[in-house]
Amino acid sequence: MVLELRGITKRFPGVLANDDVSLSVELGEILALLGENGAGKTTLMNILYGLYTPDAGEVLVDGQHLQLSSPSDSIAAGIGMVHQHFMLVPVFTVTENVILGMEPTIAGGFLDMKAGSKMVKDISESYKLEVDPDALIENLPVGIQQRVEIIKVLSREARYLVFDEPTAVLTPQEVEEFFQIVRGLQEAGKGIIFISHKLKEVLEIADRIVIMRDGKSVADVDPEKITEEEIAELMVGRPVELVVRKKQAEPGEPVLVINDLIALDDRDHTAVDGVSFEVCSGEIVGIAGVQGNGQTELIEVITGIRLSLAGTMSIHGQDITGASPRNIHGMNVAHVPENRQESGLIIDFTVTENMVLNSYYTQPYSRGIQMDWDIASQAATRLVKEYDVRTPSVDTQVSSLSGGNQQKVIVAREFDRDVGLVIAAQPTRGIDVGSIEYIHARIVEQRDKGAAVLIVSSELDEVMALSDRILVMYRGKIVGEFDPKKDSTTKIGLAMLGGTK
Amino acid sequence: MTESTDTNLTNPEKSPPEKPPSNLFARITGINTGWIRSLLIPTLALLVALIFGAVFVALTDLEALALLKEDFGGGLRLMAEGVGLAYKALFTGAFGSVYGLSETLFAATPLLLTGLAVALGFRAGLFNIGANGQMLIGGMAALWVALHLNLPGFIHIPLAILAAIIGGALWGGISGLLKAITGAHEVITTIMLNFIAFFLVEYLLTVPVFQEAGKINPISEFVPLSARFPQVFGADYRVSIGLLIAVAAAIFVSWLLFRSSWGFEFRAVGFNPTASRFAGMKVQSLLVLVMGFSGALAGIAGANQVLGFSPYQVTSAFAGTIGFDAIALALLGQSHPVGVVWAALLFGALKAGGRAMQASAQIPLDLVVVIQALIIVFIAAPELVRAIFRVKPPEKEKTQITKGWGG
Repeated sequence: MVLELRGITKRFPGVLANDDVSLSVELGEILALLGENGAGKTTLMNILYGLYTPDAGEVLVDGQHLQLSSPSDSIAAGIGMVHQHFMLVPVFTVTENVILGMEPTIAGGFLDMKAGSKMVKDISESYKLEVDPDALIENLPVGIQQRVEIIKVLSREARYLVFDEPTAVLTPQEVEEFFQIVRGLQEAGKGIIFISHKLKEVLEIADRIVIMRDGKSVADVDPEKITEEEIAELMVGRPVELVVRKKQAEPGEPVLVINDLIALDDRDHTAVDGVSFEVCSGEIVGIAGVQGNGQTELIEVITGIRLSLAGTMSIHGQDITGASPRNIHGMNVAHVPENRQESGLIIDFTVTENMVLNSYYTQPYSRGIQMDWDIASQAATRLVKEYDVRTPSVDTQVSSLSGGNQQKVIVAREFDRDVGLVIAAQPTRGIDVGSIEYIHARIVEQRDKGAAVLIVSSELDEVMALSDRILVMYRGKIVGEFDPKKDSTTKIGLAMLGGTK
Repeated sequence: MTESTDTNLTNPEKSPPEKPPSNLFARITGINTGWIRSLLIPTLALLVALIFGAVFVALTDLEALALLKEDFGGGLRLMAEGVGLAYKALFTGAFGSVYGLSETLFAATPLLLTGLAVALGFRAGLFNIGANGQMLIGGMAALWVALHLNLPGFIHIPLAILAAIIGGALWGGISGLLKAITGAHEVITTIMLNFIAFFLVEYLLTVPVFQEAGKINPISEFVPLSARFPQVFGADYRVSIGLLIAVAAAIFVSWLLFRSSWGFEFRAVGFNPTASRFAGMKVQSLLVLVMGFSGALAGIAGANQVLGFSPYQVTSAFAGTIGFDAIALALLGQSHPVGVVWAALLFGALKAGGRAMQASAQIPLDLVVVIQALIIVFIAAPELVRAIFRVKPPEKEKTQITKGWGG
C-alpha cells in the first residue's frame, strides 16, 4: 500500500515550482517533507490535494493512476489534508464542524446530530484524540482545534494524512502531545506526510526525510544517519550556522524601563496586566510566550501604537507614556513589527518607498513637502547592497520579494542609523534559514554596538538562541525570568503554559 | 512558520528573475513600456462599449426593425447605416471641427477637475462620492465672491476660485473629519452631504443674497463681468481659462501624489493604513487632508460651472451629474492624473459628440450615457474584457482603487 508522486513538474509564470519531483509514502510510515519557503512543498501538496494540475507527472495509489482535479477527488482517494490554517467554523461545535459537508440526516432531511456526535466519539476514542464533541471551536485551544481537524480528516476515511506545518502554532508541550497523536495514527496504519521546516522536529518524528530545494527533491534520507547541520545544508544549498554566535553580554545602563504597565486589547480585555521589566544597553532580552498572551499589545504600547491604561515607560530616562510612534522612532528606536506584510511594509510600494517609509519627511529625502526620490533611491540602493536584499531593482514592488528579503528590507530601514533600542517581534517568522541566520547576526551586532534589544518570539528556540535573558509572558503577566544558558526548554515551556516555576 | 501558505498558492514565494522587457519595442528602444499595458483594458473596454452601443442603436431603429421582417438584408443594411450615421455624428461632433474640438475641451474641463478629485481619494483609499456636493458648495462660495465683491478681474477671479477651493475643501473635509473621529464611512457621509448641499443651494438661490431680483424661482443674479472666466479661443468658443486651471490642477495632483511627502502619505494610507500608522503617519489627519484636497478640486469645478460660461447665471442644477461621471472617469483613468486627463477628454468628447449625434442623427443623448456606463462595466470587469479578446492577464495587476466598503 503506497501513495506515490512520480515526476511531478509544475510551472508558474517565471517560476518552476516543482521540477520532476518524485516521492512515495507507505501506510504506517511517517515521511517528512522538508524545505525552505518557496522550495515547492506547498505546491506539491496542493497537487496531491487536487488544487493544482501538474504540467507533467502523475499521482498513484498502489500503482493506480489517480485523476485529481478537485479536493473531493483526493478525499475519495483516501488522502486527507490538515492545513496550517485550520478550516473550522468558530461558532460551530466540534461535531458540527466534523460533519460539515457530509451531514448525516434522518427522514425528512433533518440533521442527525446524534449520529454525528457518535461518529466523533468513536473516532476520538479509537485514535486517542480526546475532545468534547459539543464544545464550540472558538472556546478550544489551538492544540485541540488541530485534533478536530484530524478527526475531520479521519471521518472521511483518509488513509494518507498530510500535515502542513502542523507545529507552527503549537506550544512545546502541545507539540509533544501532537507527536503522540501522529505516532498513534502511524500505529493505526495511516501513511503520513509531515511538512515542516523545523529540523529538530523532523529528526524526532520522521521515518524518512525528503528534502526539497528550488522545486527539486534533493535528498531522500534516513533521519538516523544524518545530522541537523547536514540537513540544513541540503535545504539551503550551502553550509549554515545553526547556532547564533555571540559573545557574553555586557549589559550597561537600563535603556527601556517599564513599570506596572497595563493595557487593553482591541476588545477591551486586559492584555498587558501589570508588567514591569527593564532592558539594558548591550543585552538582548527575549520575551517568550504562547501567542496571544499580551506580547503583541505590549510591543504596540511601547512603540506608541497603542495607548496604555496605567503604568510608566521610559527610554533613556525619558518618559514615553503617550508618545506617538513618530516620537518613539525619533528616540532612535528600531521597530521590527510582528507582521511584516500587515504592519511592517506596504507591499504594493517599491523597495525604495519602503526603505523611507518612516524617514521620508526628513532631510535629505524631502525638503518641505517636496520629496527627492533620486536621493531616496540612492539610499535604497546602498541599503539593498549592505543588507543583502535580493531584489531585481529598488523599483521592484516589495510584494514580489520573498519573505526573507521583505524582512531584510525592514531590518535595513530600521537598523540603518544609530540605534539605541531595538524592538523586534517575531523577527524571523516564516522566512528561510539563510535569512534567519542573517537577521540574527544583525540583531546581535546591534547589541554589541551597545543597543538594548527586546525580542518577542513565539518560537522558543529562537528566544533561547538569541537572548541573554528570557522573560516569560503568560496571560498578560511576566511569570518568570530565565537564563537561556542554565534553564531548560522544558522548564521555560512549562512557564509559557502557566505552570509553576 | 505561521506565514500564510495561501500566498504560496498564487504567488510562489520566489523572487522572479529579472526578465527582459516583454515586447519588441521595449527590447529595441530600452524604453519602459509598462504603461502601455495599462492602456490595454481601458481601450478594449471602450471598443466593446461602442460595439454594444451600436447594437443598442440598431435595436432601437424602429424603421429598420420593421423592414427586417420583409427584407432581412435590407433591414440589416439600414441598421448598419443608422449605426454608421450615429457614430459618424458622434465623432465629427467631438473632433470633426474646431468648434467640435472646443466643445470637447469645454465639456472635459469640469470632468477633469472632479475626476482628479475622485482619483485623489481613490489613491488614499477613500471613495469620494460627494464631488457633486463639493462642487455645489464651492460654486456657491465663488458665486458669493463674484456677486458681492467689487474688484478688478485679475483679483476678482482668483479670489472667487480661492473661495471655491475653501468651500469645497470644507465640505469634503467634513466627511474626512467624520471618518477620522467616528469611523463613519465616507461613502455614506458624502452621499448625504450631496443632498444637504443640493437643498442648501436650492434655498440659497431664493434668498436675496444670491437670487436674481424680481424672480421667484431659485436662480442666481448674473455674474458681473469682472468675475467671468475669460474665453481663451475667442468669443465663438466656450473654452475658458477653466481648462487651463484644470490642466494645472492635473499637473499639481501629479506632483502632489508622486513628488511630495503628502502624496507619499496619501498613497501609503491608501494601500495599508496599518503599516502607515506603524511608520508614524497620522492616519486620521491624513483622511481629513485628503478629503479636503479632493473637495477643493471639486470646488474649483463648481467655480467653473458658475463663472465659466454663458449665461453666467445658475440654478441649483449647475453641478449636473458631473460629480458622478467623475467616479467613472477616475476608474477609467486608473486613478492616475494622466489617465484621468485622457478619460476626461473621452467623456468630454462623448458629451460634445452626443449632442451633435442627437441633432443630426436623432439618436437620444442617452446613448452616450449607455456607452459611458458600458465602459465602466467593462473596466470594472477586466476578466470579461480579457475573455472576449483572449488577452492573457498580466502576472500582477494592481491598481489601488479603494478599500472595501467596510472601510
